[in-house]
Amino acid sequence: MTSGDTTSGEGLLESLEHMGAAERAEHDAEVSAAVAPGREIAVGQGETLLAVDALTVRFGGLTALDDVTFDVRRGEILGLIGPNGAGKTTCFNIMTGVYRPTSGDIRLEGRSLARMKRYRIIQAGVARTFQNIRLFGAMTALENVVVGTDARHRTSIPGALLRLPRHRREEREAVEKAMALLEFVGIAHRAADPATALPYGDQRRLEIARALATEPKLLCLDEPAAGFSAAEKDALSELILKIRDDGYTVALVEHDMRVVLGVTDRIVVLDFGRKIADGLPDEVRRDPAVVAAYLGGTVEDAEDQEP
Amino acid sequence: MRHRMSQISAFWNARSRVQQWGLLVPVVVFLLWLPVLNPPLITTEPATDFPIALFNAAVLALIAIGLNVVIGQAGLLDLGYVGFFAIGAYTTALLSSPDSLLGVRYPWLVIVPIAMLVTMISGVILGTPTLRLRGDYLAIVTLGFGEIVRLLADNIDPLRGNRGFQNIARPEATYPDGSPVFSQTDVLGFYWLAVCLIVIVLMLMGNLERSRVGRAWIAVREDEDVAELTGVPTYRFKIWAFAIGAAVGGLSGALFAAQVGYVNNQRFDVATSILYLAAVVLGGSGNKVGVIVGAFLVSYIPDRFQFEPQYRFLVFGLALMVLMAFRPQGLLGMRQHLLTYGRQAYRRLFGAGAAVAPTGMTASTRAAGDLPEVKPDDHAGTSPRGGGE
Repeated sequence: MTSGDTTSGEGLLESLEHMGAAERAEHDAEVSAAVAPGREIAVGQGETLLAVDALTVRFGGLTALDDVTFDVRRGEILGLIGPNGAGKTTCFNIMTGVYRPTSGDIRLEGRSLARMKRYRIIQAGVARTFQNIRLFGAMTALENVVVGTDARHRTSIPGALLRLPRHRREEREAVEKAMALLEFVGIAHRAADPATALPYGDQRRLEIARALATEPKLLCLDEPAAGFSAAEKDALSELILKIRDDGYTVALVEHDMRVVLGVTDRIVVLDFGRKIADGLPDEVRRDPAVVAAYLGGTVEDAEDQEP
Repeated sequence: MRHRMSQISAFWNARSRVQQWGLLVPVVVFLLWLPVLNPPLITTEPATDFPIALFNAAVLALIAIGLNVVIGQAGLLDLGYVGFFAIGAYTTALLSSPDSLLGVRYPWLVIVPIAMLVTMISGVILGTPTLRLRGDYLAIVTLGFGEIVRLLADNIDPLRGNRGFQNIARPEATYPDGSPVFSQTDVLGFYWLAVCLIVIVLMLMGNLERSRVGRAWIAVREDEDVAELTGVPTYRFKIWAFAIGAAVGGLSGALFAAQVGYVNNQRFDVATSILYLAAVVLGGSGNKVGVIVGAFLVSYIPDRFQFEPQYRFLVFGLALMVLMAFRPQGLLGMRQHLLTYGRQAYRRLFGAGAAVAPTGMTASTRAAGDLPEVKPDDHAGTSPRGGGE
């Protein structure tokens, strides 16, 4: 990655720094109004949004997740961490219907997602990004985001064929909303570029915009900081906080502890498919089982090392 | 060539809507006039009647547009497309030929929607079990479908096998002097009808392309899993791609049957399916205008240069190999405009008159013609892209 790439996604942030505080608040409100129309910010904050209940996933003889129970609460940023192969991405794959649980259940606002079709899960309100960026390469950045907005559209084939009024209204709104989202994540100036021509960091932001376009209740970010420089990680942390402040709930899988500890409200730790800790970032950081899992060795060893 | 193409594309997209219409109408008029003009060097006579050669090219173009929905847009490799063409032709024959057991003689205009509906349903029937398969597996099953249709025509007695159906209905219209527009001896009327149908189908396809339907197809083609995880009901839209592609195939079958006036089991083999595929790939899979160019070349060149029939596939095989080596995206690269109001959005971003190529877009970064030019539609229901963007 070149140094030019690292700055290009931050144009909005820079311009925001030059605004006055009042101006900035107003600008933010405008953008969020367009991004999330009708969103009830902070309603029912803290209650359970997604419940993972005794979830077990086996692939043949391998147990990827073993009786894992935790919940994601409305309006929080939940960190999902653990060493490689702990089952974090598997957990996301269950949440979005890529895999089906062997046993146990997963419920969004009380509705089970375990047997729901994948596109229905999106409509129910769980969106995700991917560890290895997966954009629609033949589309522009704007078109990628509009595909996300289509998840909420009702235009039928005849409606599109004959350009009926609903089609025209939805198309107009989709472009507006997608542009607002691109601005929200800071890459509006890249709207007309093919997705694959964007620098790496902007592609990650584009994935986030596309996921947000589906109007999720829960946004799952799978290692969004992978391959980022320190400055980019800071900008990303800021964006994640901004997304939370806009009323979304975020689940974050991430290896970079600075990012995780910097943004999360709560952390769940997995190791070899089992949950070994669940709590506030500070508690988790000091948890002997977590230290042992990360540094290797036994819990006793880790306790010995604690000051 | 790539540079030239992107220049043309940039020029085209800098035109206003009215200017685009102004450029397109003469092109369509010229195409309609071409068989009357019968220009030397271009004409296929004396070997083949020039209007017949053009009509055959136009039918192939219509087929290619339909197949392009399936292959170019949704990315589903269909090797049995000739089956839909056959179903369209046989439906027309069964509903109008005196040889048919049904004993009805419907006018052609009534038959066309029926034929399209029948092929659409057969597309859904083929798609429902098979579209859970991907890639090569899907190709093999569709290949089987094409063969099944042909074998049914061979072996089911009411379909009359090699004997075929005579006196199939043709559209009814007369010139002011009372002579029929559509007749066995005069192909001109059929050619004009084919060009008009192409224009209409292109307009409708353009509308679909710039809607959530077109975007869903491209998303499926690009990454089916991610499409589904972005909320696209992929299975449903794949079936729609099959059904819509099939309907256009049925339309071309009905047109073909009407012109020839005779249908039997001789034209619907696998090799014909491959020829359709060649037209799409040659012209540029995913590009509506490209596939028309491809279809024209596949149909016209053998007529013009009078290959022995058995050399036809040799020549196209070689041509395709050369093309794939030097220009794998086809003569005209893939390009789609997926937003109805995209141009306004981009223009607002980059200022009036800069609808194309804001940053980082050079001919080298993408295939020619792939600039994110966008066709907005200020006028609902009309699209100037019909005649040949």
